Amino acid sequence: MTGVRVLVGTRKGAFLLTSDGSRDDWTVDGPHFGGWEIFHLTGSPADPDRLYVSQSGGWFGQVIQRSDDGGRSWSTVGNDFAYAGDVGDHLWYDGTPRPWEFKRIWHLEPSRDDPDTVYAGAEDAALYVSADGGGKWTELTALRTHPSGSSWQPGAGGLCLHTIILDPAHQGRIYVAISAAGAFRSDDAGASWLPINKGLRSGEIPDQDSEVGHCVHHITQHPSRPDTLFMQKHWDVLRSDDAGANWREVSGNLPSDFGFPIAVHAHEPETIYVVPIKSDSEHYPPEGRLRVYRSRTGGDEWEPLTSGLPQSDCYVNVLRDAMAVDTLDPCGIYFGTSGGQVYHSADGGDNWAPIVRDLPPVLSVEVQVLP
Amino acid sequence: MIRVVLPAHLKTLARVTGEVRIEVAGPGPATQRRLLDAIEARYPMLLGTIRDRHSGERRAFVRFYACEEDLSNAAPDIPLPERVVAGEEPFIVLGAMAGG
Repeated sequence: MTGVRVLVGTRKGAFLLTSDGSRDDWTVDGPHFGGWEIFHLTGSPADPDRLYVSQSGGWFGQVIQRSDDGGRSWSTVGNDFAYAGDVGDHLWYDGTPRPWEFKRIWHLEPSRDDPDTVYAGAEDAALYVSADGGGKWTELTALRTHPSGSSWQPGAGGLCLHTIILDPAHQGRIYVAISAAGAFRSDDAGASWLPINKGLRSGEIPDQDSEVGHCVHHITQHPSRPDTLFMQKHWDVLRSDDAGANWREVSGNLPSDFGFPIAVHAHEPETIYVVPIKSDSEHYPPEGRLRVYRSRTGGDEWEPLTSGLPQSDCYVNVLRDAMAVDTLDPCGIYFGTSGGQVYHSADGGDNWAPIVRDLPPVLSVEVQVLP
Repeated sequence: MIRVVLPAHLKTLARVTGEVRIEVAGPGPATQRRLLDAIEARYPMLLGTIRDRHSGERRAFVRFYACEEDLSNAAPDIPLPERVVAGEEPFIVLGAMAGG
């Protein structure tokens, strides 16, 4: 192991933060793609020098960048995200039909095995895959054309597919989450999809047993327990132990169960992390105290982690893709804020320190352990 | 050769500095559509950044200026101004005033 690289996407560019295994001293490299919104940048598990970037902006649309040398140089690759076949409609905020319209890529998920295979989650919600390093993108249409698709409505951030989990144990199993449609699972590499929202309770919709319409904010999974999923929903933290077939709330003693990210410890599959946010309209920590909450029991019982985090007058938000864990021992935890701080803990969350304090608002955080 | 001024972000994407010079081959007059086709052919990384890849419509926050005129909403198949075709005035692509 030669070091750690944290990949940070912000409203105005990408930053690469690097350190050795001690994670004490950091080098900040950036901005890359200055002035552009970087919704997500991430590395291939199969080749850490292979990076993918979703670069977008209101003026000039969607660009995908790729690096083959760990971010020293970049190349534009394909940005043709077409909806295949009959585009059809989803529901708009006012309940009227609205044709699917591509806006941006929220999330890129490289294959665990092949650096050239990468999935992309879009707004308006659709799932794409490329098998040639991002050159050509093909929609996995069965998701968007699921019978429930015409009833999907956007959340406040848009009708976005923001979470993609490629199951490490079951070949062809993919989980995705869409705001505000819910979570879906495919067991056949995207050829068909099953809504997996049983047990979710969402006061914003009239039918609590509706198979879709839930504003899932993020889902995570520990690779050693692939049938266990943890979810941060608009409100509520939940878990499933049967691959999403059933969910139960595990918010327990959290000061607020609203939030965006959720992460699981790299070596302890029942240790999970969330960042409680006061409410859906007040996107900042309760009481102005930035606290990561950790549960060592897979939910229900939570402890605040505050050492090194601001405990007064703090009114930042932490977005759904802005928290990550490394695989070192002890496990490192990282998150970025809307105030431009990237915090890290090199001891599983007990103590925190900022790596940088003054970046543009952070949209995404990923971390790589370099060989 | 038609002189084209790209906005800073697109110059970065295309890895160019200053004006670019684009040849719009005949037959037929040089039009906005044919000029944009030629720009995208020479700089394929700009596909989708000036106009929609499928509809061909100008992106909402992109503007086209030339000869002190706003050509953003001009029909794409009418001839470009003579002074642009003659290389005396540039065809300017820019990002509209919009904050953020």
